Amino acid sequence: MNSEQKNKDNIKMLTRLSVVALLMFGFGFAMVPFYERLCQVTGIADLLQPNAPATNTQVDKSRWVTLELDSNMHGMPWDFKPMQNSIKVHPGELTQLSFSVKNNGKLAMVGQAIPSYGPKQAAPYFHKLECFCFKQQALAPGEYREMPVQLVIDPNLPKSVNTVTLSYTFFEVKGANLTKAGKPG
Amino acid sequence: MSTVTHDHPHDLSHDQDHDHHDHKPTGIMRWVGSTNHKDIGTMYLWFSFTMFLVGGAMAMVIRAELFQPGLQIVTPEFFNSMTTYHGLIMVFGAIMPAFVGFANWLIPMQVGAPDMAFPRMNNLSFWLLPPAAFLLIAAQFAPGGGAGVGWTMYAPLTTQAGPAMDLTIFAVHILGISSIMGSINIITTILNMRAPGMDLMKMPLFCWTWLITAYLLVASMPVLAGAVTMTLTDRHFGTNFFNAAGGGDPVLYQHVFWFFGHPEVYIIAIPAFGVISQVIPAFSRKPLFGYASMVYATASIAILSFLVWGHHMYTAGMPVETQLYFMYATTLIAIPTGVKVFNWVATMWQGSLTFETPMLFSLGFLFLFSLGGFTGLVLSVVPVDVQLQDTYYVVAHFHYVMVAGALFSAFAGIYFWLPKWTGKMYDETLGKWHFWLSLIFFNITFFVQHFLGLAGMPRRIPDYALQFAEFNKISSLGAFGFGLSQLLFLYVVVKCIRSGEKALDRQWDGADSLEWTHLPSPAPYHSFTTPPKL
Ligand code: HEM
Ligand SMILES: [Cu+2]
Repeated sequence: MNSEQKNKDNIKMLTRLSVVALLMFGFGFAMVPFYERLCQVTGIADLLQPNAPATNTQVDKSRWVTLELDSNMHGMPWDFKPMQNSIKVHPGELTQLSFSVKNNGKLAMVGQAIPSYGPKQAAPYFHKLECFCFKQQALAPGEYREMPVQLVIDPNLPKSVNTVTLSYTFFEVKGANLTKAGKPG
Repeated sequence: MSTVTHDHPHDLSHDQDHDHHDHKPTGIMRWVGSTNHKDIGTMYLWFSFTMFLVGGAMAMVIRAELFQPGLQIVTPEFFNSMTTYHGLIMVFGAIMPAFVGFANWLIPMQVGAPDMAFPRMNNLSFWLLPPAAFLLIAAQFAPGGGAGVGWTMYAPLTTQAGPAMDLTIFAVHILGISSIMGSINIITTILNMRAPGMDLMKMPLFCWTWLITAYLLVASMPVLAGAVTMTLTDRHFGTNFFNAAGGGDPVLYQHVFWFFGHPEVYIIAIPAFGVISQVIPAFSRKPLFGYASMVYATASIAILSFLVWGHHMYTAGMPVETQLYFMYATTLIAIPTGVKVFNWVATMWQGSLTFETPMLFSLGFLFLFSLGGFTGLVLSVVPVDVQLQDTYYVVAHFHYVMVAGALFSAFAGIYFWLPKWTGKMYDETLGKWHFWLSLIFFNITFFVQHFLGLAGMPRRIPDYALQFAEFNKISSLGAFGFGLSQLLFLYVVVKCIRSGEKALDRQWDGADSLEWTHLPSPAPYHSFTTPPKL
């Protein structure tokens, strides 16, 4: 075989293999719709995206529980209260609450709220998803803030308990870094 | 064969000189612009060794931190970065280029071709590697440090990582392009450039394994390029391939990655099989047992390797039928692999064996690679893998196949062909020291990791529970020993090049491929400018 012919053959091979490489690059992207279809056909996608609107089967509609709210200050010049004193909830239901706090002192301060529950045996049935007590709160003098709590009361709460209390106490965090502690929002 | 006469080794090189003056450019430009397959092979091998030392240094950092429980030496972020770049550099920078180096040196000589099919593209393939390596190392100094995402680069970690991730993705692109060009070159050389009479089924098995590997590369590397491209566009161009918040799916990344990833492990293993298939017959002084079955076994491993990627994802969420399919398909690979191991053992059966360094490394390969294959079989069983996934057992598995498998085979190949490449002999005593030290320290490092994994120690973690302390200490000590032993290898190679004794044209009397039978040692700069008569 002469060398010119050989060169031609080589270039032909180069072109073919480059096309294969390009096709395989495309194949990677083709896997995206392919998997989407596959998941639809096999129903895997449905596990992730239920076609019925989300309902919570865990809510115990047959039962009301009274949730009382309470607030205390531990030696801080802050004015701290729940925005409602008590509410009625179904166990298993997602509940939104708010507390308000105002710094009446002359100094910026950092506080940390510590929760407690009553009666004592109800404590494990409180599931807090979001709480201002998860981080420290820094307030400038005169600053006012409303703070949310999101919680679910476990449907397994013993039947004998009809009233539960959620209480918070604010403690000062001495020497805390004012800039690092939680800001509104 | 017929032209070799041990008494007149110079006749051969003389012939070459007549039809092609053995001139080569000198100085740095010889290397920068080189289109000579031997020069490029040499550069690949030195590049690979350099990366081996860089990746090895990272491994030393990892093992130093794991020497004791608790955080002592590095931050967790830096630790994660070390595991990531250790993996990437060893796979793409050390092991793969090493075997491409072998391919460059050997394939043209073994098929009787004057050079690779596309010498200038060959030059480009090599020179893409240093910039990619530079990017991987530079990523350590990006704001926020190296990307601690693991060598598998799973989303969503990668879509959230810092700027180092972009450098890493770019490096992977470059490495991919380099290996695709290299593969096209290899396939074309083997299919189009063989000397008359060199039928495909007469080629040395090393050429066969590289032919198959090159096809694997052309088919799988672009898929990896696609996966990291999707990651890149998710990061910067508002696409949502893997971003769940935008309707994408992070598990999709794993599917795309492992569709590349499992063939990749065979891209590493198959050329290693090729080297072993040259070395074992040479030191058994018998032809390779079951040559044709070796070719078919290799090809079926390659095909199967595209059908088993799910065994990396048993716990990522898949229906039980799919798990069963992947489990059976994976265990099926053990059959052709078993054929190969059987053939190597049968080649040695009743051979007149000698145990020079290349043979020792091949035997080390044979034992330890098989062990790694066994642990792979253990992992392929779904209920077992659910326990062992992401533990040190997996780390032990893949180091048996990649270090004691691929790396030992590369050592075997280097000791085997050094006399042909340099025209000089290495120091056999020191070579044997290198083997035994590597073998012992390797096992000290990695054998205990099986126990750690079975006991539940997770991988890619800078700190661990106290009950793992003893085995980790042993493993770290082994690792330091293994690392130091590799400096001995550097010394042996440099000593061979500088002051080795003159090697024979056919240094190993059992070696029968063209580079031994038709060419002098060292192989002349230009060989087979006219095809050899076979
Ligand atoms: C009989 C042959 C083999 C079988 C059955 C096998 C099976 C497996 C399985 C099931 C896993 C997944 C473990 C897990 O993540 O839980 C795995 C991981 C792995 N295997 Fe193999 N394997 C084999 C050979 C090889 C070879 C030859 C190589 C490379 C040279 C290799 C490299 C790897 C690597 C790198 C991983 C870990 C990837 C990662 O998660 O980072 N394996 N193997
Ligand atoms: Cu795999």
